[in-house]
Amino acid sequence: MKKIYPDAKAALDGLLNDGMLIAAGGFGLCGIPERLIDAIVESGVKELTIASNNAGIDNAGLGKLLRTRQVKKMISSYVGENKEFERQFLAGELEVEFCPQGTLAERMRAGGAGIPGFYTRTGAGTVVAEGKEVKEFANSDGQKETYILERGIFADLAIVKGYQADESGNVTFRKTARNFNLPAATCGKTCVVEVEEILPVGRLDPDCIHLPSIYVNRLIDGSPYEKQIEFRTLRERTAA
Amino acid sequence: MDAQAKGWTRDQMAARAARELRDGYYVNLGIGIPTLVANNIPEGITVTLQSENGMLGIGPFPYEDEVDPDLINAGKQTVSELDRTSYFDSALSFAMIRGGHIDLAVLGAMEVSEKGDIANWMIPGKMIKGMGGAMDLVAGVKKIIVVMEHVSKGGEPKFIPECTLPLTGKNVIDMIITDLCVFQRPDHDSPFKLIELAPGVTKEEVHEKTTANYVE
Repeated sequence: MKKIYPDAKAALDGLLNDGMLIAAGGFGLCGIPERLIDAIVESGVKELTIASNNAGIDNAGLGKLLRTRQVKKMISSYVGENKEFERQFLAGELEVEFCPQGTLAERMRAGGAGIPGFYTRTGAGTVVAEGKEVKEFANSDGQKETYILERGIFADLAIVKGYQADESGNVTFRKTARNFNLPAATCGKTCVVEVEEILPVGRLDPDCIHLPSIYVNRLIDGSPYEKQIEFRTLRERTAA
Repeated sequence: MDAQAKGWTRDQMAARAARELRDGYYVNLGIGIPTLVANNIPEGITVTLQSENGMLGIGPFPYEDEVDPDLINAGKQTVSELDRTSYFDSALSFAMIRGGHIDLAVLGAMEVSEKGDIANWMIPGKMIKGMGGAMDLVAGVKKIIVVMEHVSKGGEPKFIPECTLPLTGKNVIDMIITDLCVFQRPDHDSPFKLIELAPGVTKEEVHEKTTANYVE
């Protein structure tokens, strides 16, 4: 079975439907599946629910899908740095489910592992707990604590950005660009991955595969990438 | 009295928080004053900083020719790596946090209650940006230190009987460091105790600017 497609549009062919749930990797603009996002914008698919830690910025990442009004609902932990998002949200045009960052990552991991729900302390006693089952359990020190039930995410589609892949679909990530890409990849019924380079099988060290090929249905080489930086912070070289 | 001579500056508050670090600690620092703790790590001890986007061992900001868009901290700023750095995904990163493997987190706050509740993620009526990883950190990390100004810009106490803003976590704070003093409690059933005053600050002044009940 051939997993490699010529471009993002081809890789998404037949996978997009109005109203679907998409899990997206990335943290801020780091490790975002930008080719796939562009192709989704172009497809015109709408009423999307997107589980993604952030919502991009105005003209980059998922911000592009917000501008074209293709998103009905975001499931995110932090959505600052995006004026169009703010406008739509305040106007009631965009629904947002705020989800603690670790809960979001675990909801994706759980969904990918076939776990429909799990109990966590995160959010207990806060607005996040509203409408959720609350239960007491002993913690690791044997003391009773309050936990809330959170649901696994079973996405229709996962869109992921990797660093290198081999032709069989094994994927590696680079530095902090791994972030949500790994848990997102596992929770999609179909997972489409864009990478910077596709190598022949045998070129990646089997001990260093981050995302095994079983999770990867379709693959594209999205290079060349011009990666954006949100906050460029530097130190000065001092004279020796 | 000269305002500069009394109390602690932001950097001095960070330095006071840094005195709670111990050799071998794994630590998560929030945005703002907590970030300054990294510049005040006592000599002779090794502390490993965690970034919740998937990194242990955060290095300093990069030199211009080292900048890498794939290497950022949780504040989305470019950083550098150390020789002992490791990378991982967000699920493992928060498993580390929620599983109680991080020794200490230092966070900012808008309000802290006398029962150790913290509010630091939203103000009703203002644009909600989200809680990010703050709820996971306060629920999962072994020890939580809040570093904040003692009163708000409007002069209102921030260490109060009950939080008025939506909570980030309930009964989770162990220590509060303000520009005026330090409060601490040995466990989550005990009241906070005033354990230290900043230079030039009196117990009376702290009492006057605090509505929370605490022990002296």
